This record gives sequence, structure tokens and C-alpha cells, in this order.
Amino acid sequence: MCATCGCSGTIGGETVAAVAGEVGRDLHLREDDEAIGHAHDQVHTDDQVHAHVDDRTHPRAVKSKHAHLHKHAREHGHAHEHEHEHEHEHAQEHEHEHAHVHKHAHEHDEQEHAHDHGRVRAEGTAARTLQLEKEILGKNQLLAERNRGWLQGREIFAVNLMSSPGSGKTTLLERTIRDLAKQASVSVIEGDQETRLDAERIRAAGARVVQINTGTGCHLDAQMLGRALNELAPAPGSFLFIENVGNLVCPALFDLGEGARVVIASTTEGEDKPLKYPHMFRAAELILLNKVDLLPHLSFDVTRFVAHVRLVNPAAKVVRVSATCGDGLPEWYEWLAERGASVRRTA
Amino acid sequence: MHELSICQGIVDSVCEAVPGGEVLVVTVEIGRLSGVVPDAVRFCFDACTRGTRVEGARLEVVDVPGRGRCGTCERELDVDELVARCPCGNPFLEILRGRELRIRSVEVN
Repeated sequence: MCATCGCSGTIGGETVAAVAGEVGRDLHLREDDEAIGHAHDQVHTDDQVHAHVDDRTHPRAVKSKHAHLHKHAREHGHAHEHEHEHEHEHAQEHEHEHAHVHKHAHEHDEQEHAHDHGRVRAEGTAARTLQLEKEILGKNQLLAERNRGWLQGREIFAVNLMSSPGSGKTTLLERTIRDLAKQASVSVIEGDQETRLDAERIRAAGARVVQINTGTGCHLDAQMLGRALNELAPAPGSFLFIENVGNLVCPALFDLGEGARVVIASTTEGEDKPLKYPHMFRAAELILLNKVDLLPHLSFDVTRFVAHVRLVNPAAKVVRVSATCGDGLPEWYEWLAERGASVRRTA
Repeated sequence: MHELSICQGIVDSVCEAVPGGEVLVVTVEIGRLSGVVPDAVRFCFDACTRGTRVEGARLEVVDVPGRGRCGTCERELDVDELVARCPCGNPFLEILRGRELRIRSVEVN
């Protein structure tokens, strides 16, 4: 048990394995000797206030009744007398009875500076390091999984459509909505930086739609999709198309919780797109090569394009389509029907 | 500029994980195959931290080199790009390392 505050057992869910230091200077340690919780890192007498490295209170009252953080000039190691007013934040609720502008004078022995806050860095500054090991995109991932569960529970097959601007995503969607109208319920979430133009086109084609304007954002994220799902409330067992912001870079990193990722490339772009944007093509389950009706007028080499896709993503299926002329669309619809059915089987 | 979102993610996570005090240094690992450009993250960092407890902190980026394994000859090799070919000719490498996007630690006062 800690002689200063009486802590024992667990702190913040972690087991206190040992207490190091001496009375009044206790440090709580985990089994691996990592300091946890708070340190009583100041020798203090009488009613002098003391510093904590975090915002924890004492289970057993010590003489001073409050926990606070205060900042000291970091470089010291010498005897000094000082008076200071310090700003402090009370990180938790507690009772205290004292005037808040208080001065306290410490007298320190030369060798014992009272403020050796926990760990002292080589250059003499007082700080401590917290190992976080957290995924930067962890929060997005969590929300994406929540969306995925939401969709699966309703047997909705959600397709995240990604491409560069001008590849024909919206035209392909318009056509798809019209062609699927008889056999399936389709709704759309439209992502664009600005305007509702695409949403209007989709609505005119006969699907329910929610437009997300990302403003300066260059991609949709799981939180945006979550909000859009609530607003759109797509029908159980339906198809949901998410038209991501036209961009082959950023959307690749953000899982939305979709059932599949589809990349649309077009014959008016270069055959080397898969090599230039490998993250995007690698994450796709299906790649639609659009505007194949224009091939006679272009120097686009389909074989080279497919070979480049294979280098980045050997497993991806490539389907050649023309959203305006209808080439290849049956194969696209077949893929949708098959994948949609698999969602219903696993739900 | 997905680096802006990446930066926002760093700031949010740090604020959530560190209950109080002044954040001095944030150390992140960015893999060379992660699709995130460290310089762009550095560029966004000050803007994202403004008005938060992370304001004024230093961002340290640990570069994580790429490493891949060839499924054909089982060789492991360093790779700097997602599309890499093994000397044996196999263009499909399993990526073992280099996709990291992780907050390693923070130094607080």
C-alpha cells in the first residue's frame, strides 16, 4: 500500500504491483515497473501544497485537500528560494478550502529539489512519457465497423464507389438505378465537396438520395456515412451506393463500413492509373473500366491497363463497361446481384 | 489532403488519452507504404492543434521502412513502394511492414 495516499489494488484498471520511493515520494508501479496513476513526487511539510503528475485524488486524505497541476520552470537542480503564483487546473471535482492565488515558498536543500516530477529527462526537464500505441485511424475504424453491423443487420449491400473526377460515376449510377428499378430498391449517398447537382441527377433517375458536402474535405469518412445512413434510412435488403468524392488518393484510407469497394476508371484516363494510385486499386474488389465505347477513338490499351491492375491487385475483377451505351452492364448487375445475395446469406 | 484528417485523428486521440497536463511531444509512426506523407502531416499539425491541449507540442515522426515477403521464393526484402517486384520475378509481395499509422507515445508535463 502506498504510505502517502493509501492506494493499493488497482488504479485506473491497472494493478499496482509495487510502491517505490519513500514516504511522501511514493511512486506507484505496474508489474513491469512502469509508473502508473500518480506519483507523490514532492516532499512537503505541514500544509504545503504538493504537485501531482496527474489529476488523481487521494483515497485517504493527506494534509492538503486538493489535487492540482502546477507548472514550474523546468530546469533546476540547484538550491533556490522562490515564491510563485501558479495557475492550476483542477482536473476533477473535489472540495477544497483555500484562496486560489496562493504563494508558497519552498526552501530546498541543495541536493533535494522538491519538484522532481516523476521521471526526469536527461536535459533536466520534468516530463513523463505515456506509451499510447494507438492506431491513428482507430476511431474511423470503430465507426466503420458500427456502420458495417448496421448495414449487415438490415441485409443492405453497400458499395463504396471511388474514382477520379470525370470517370463517369454519376452517369453509371443513373443508368444502374434505372436498370435495377424493377428488381431492387436502390438508394444513394452522394459525396461531393460542393453542390447538390449530383444528388439532383440521382433523384431524377428515381432513387432516394442524401447528399454529403464535405466542404474542404477530400473524402468521406465513417462518421459522415453514419450520419447519412440515419438520414437516408435505406430499406432492408436494398442496394446502397456510396458515391465517394472524386479522388483516387484520400478515400482509399478511410473504411466506411461498406460491403465492397468498387473503383471506376475510364478509357480517357491513362492505363497507368493503377500503378500511380496503388492504394486505391489495391483496396478494390471490382474495377469497372468505363467509356469502352470510346476505345476506337483513343490510344488506350486495355490489356496494359488490366496488366497494371493485376500488378497491384491480382484478385480484383475487371469489367469493361459503357454507362452511356450499356456495354458490359449485365456483368456489373450480375456481380451486384451475387454479392447482394451473399450479404443476405451471411446476415 | 487526407493528412488533415490524419492530423485531426492524432489530436483527438491524444486529447482523449491524456487526461490532463501539457503535451510536449507527440511521437507517431508513419510507414512508408501507408499512403500518408509525413511532411504533409507536419504541415497540418500546428493548425490542428490550435486551441487544444496539444497546442505547442512538437510532432516527432518515426519513419517505418517497408518490408515485404515474396510468396514464391520466400525471400524477405525492403520495399519502398506498394508495387514492388521480387528479384525472382514475382510482382506480388506480401507487405509485412510499412503500413503503420500509429501514435506511439506522448510526453506530458
